[in-house]
Amino acid sequence: MNGTRPDGARTGKAAPPDAAKIEFRAVGKVYPAAGGGTAVTALGGVDLGIADEEFVTVVGPSGCGKSTLLGVAAGLVPPTSGEVLVDGRPVTGPGPERGVIFQQYALFPWLTVRGNVEFGLKVAGVPRRERRARAEHFIGLVGLGDFADAHPRTLSGGMRQRCALARAYAAEPRILLMDEPFGALDALTRVRMQDRLLDIWGRERRTVLFITHDVDEAVYLGGRVVVMASPGRVQEVVDVGLPRPRTEEVRLSPEFAEIRNRIWHAVYHQEGNTT
Amino acid sequence: MGTVTAPAAQPVREARRRRVPSRARGLGLNLVALLLGIGLWALLAGLGVQGLPGPVRVAHRAAEVLGDGTLEGDALASLRRVLLGFALGTALAVPAGFLMGWYGVARGLLEPWVQFFRTIPPLAIIPLAIVVLGIGETPKILVIALGAFLSCVISTFQGVIGVDPTLVNAARVLGAGDRVIFTRVVVPASTPFIVVGMRIGLGSAWATLVAAELIAAQQGLGFRMQQAQVYYDLPTIFVGLITIGVLGLLMDRLLLLAERRLGGWQDRR
Ligand SMILES: Nc1ncnc2c1ncn2[C@@H]1O[C@H](COP(=O)(O)OP(=O)(O)O)[C@@H](O)[C@H]1O
Ligand SMILES: [Mg+2]
Repeated sequence: MNGTRPDGARTGKAAPPDAAKIEFRAVGKVYPAAGGGTAVTALGGVDLGIADEEFVTVVGPSGCGKSTLLGVAAGLVPPTSGEVLVDGRPVTGPGPERGVIFQQYALFPWLTVRGNVEFGLKVAGVPRRERRARAEHFIGLVGLGDFADAHPRTLSGGMRQRCALARAYAAEPRILLMDEPFGALDALTRVRMQDRLLDIWGRERRTVLFITHDVDEAVYLGGRVVVMASPGRVQEVVDVGLPRPRTEEVRLSPEFAEIRNRIWHAVYHQEGNTT
Repeated sequence: MGTVTAPAAQPVREARRRRVPSRARGLGLNLVALLLGIGLWALLAGLGVQGLPGPVRVAHRAAEVLGDGTLEGDALASLRRVLLGFALGTALAVPAGFLMGWYGVARGLLEPWVQFFRTIPPLAIIPLAIVVLGIGETPKILVIALGAFLSCVISTFQGVIGVDPTLVNAARVLGAGDRVIFTRVVVPASTPFIVVGMRIGLGSAWATLVAAELIAAQQGLGFRMQQAQVYYDLPTIFVGLITIGVLGLLMDRLLLLAERRLGGWQDRR
């Protein structure tokens, strides 16, 4: 069920594990008991490999450990057991090869769109002119060209998330880790953002680990869908196998519906699911 | 407003206007309030309320003390104390607040003292200040500084611990280390809180001023009022009060301007 495959491949033949771009090895995370409560197992030994340039989505009920999984890969959450390897090296903290997109956008509100996009470049010491040019490119890529000098509070939710996308892309990470990035958007904006993300991904390929609680989104975007269950384990990994580029036609096809239904069942009829 | 129009449409428009008063309208209302206040004052004085001088007498007195230079001298002396004390207090409060918010050790060491001194009114420090520091400028400025420090340090500290952890994480994943996170995230994120703290600190500096000038001053608005009290010279007391109010208001507006400038990125609550 685990193992790595190139995006969209249906061969079912596992590539050798050392080819994985990201590899979770028995990753466990237990949050210690706080204030008289009991310790919480957020991840209970996750094994998962993600190939270079693969687009993997993770879906599961709320509280099953999705954000923790992503946080461990980002280097923001130290695991209590196991390890994550990126390019074969264990993750010990955040790194420039991994870009992260947060659900709450996490834009710096005192900076403009341009200032936000340039932030990582500035930290990396990219000279001013190159910084400008690169920021310009990525702001254009997400379609915010006219808003480069706007402050986040003046932007809509979709535009803020596009700015966050440009900010992550500008550092040119090989890996994008996205935690329910479109969760706060209305249905229509969300679909547009999905198409835009796929469009950008098609042009500038990255390895993507995309977390969502929306089954449709998981199927539409992903080459593989990882179904997680509480507490913090991988229940099933499903090859989507739908053709790319994904279009409205794909979204409305019976094949899409079939996979969606299957994953829906895996997510919402998990054993012991009482809610 | 007074015209008769379709009653159905009117309430909506009225309600909207009430919620978002235009700038000019707001200023107009402020002016009306000012005139009403002075009118009421004149009325009370006219009715012969015990010893209350009317606006005209106070204005007359103000012209006198302006003419012979005492008001300017007093205002300058007081302003100097307030500004020095305020500058000293905030200059110490901002780094102390940052230290307390950023390092648990600093918090553990500083917080008990800050909380302790916060419970003592600056006025109560004065006897101690006189005994230890004498009757020069130093004790006055230090007492004012202490008041400004205590109000500003708390809000700086709260600004720092209130920084959204996802912003810190966002900076970390973009490659920022502790130093960059501090200068590029924590400082800008807490700046609006610091400015608010400075405004509160300024208020407390003025509040402490009069008390500080009770320490054998030769000059100053508080000193002058104190003297006037001895001679039952109410107009002078009023001139002093109004001068303190106007100067305080002007300085507060300046800081408000800074707050708008530095905190303009915030969502208006
Ligand atoms: N910092 C934390 N401290 C304690 N418990 C946490 C923390 N973060 C998450 N958890 C717990 O870990 C579990 C998994 O959380 P999370 O990874 O956020 O799930 P998801 O993203 O799937 O909703 C939840 O039960 C949550 O309450
Ligand atoms: Mg989550």
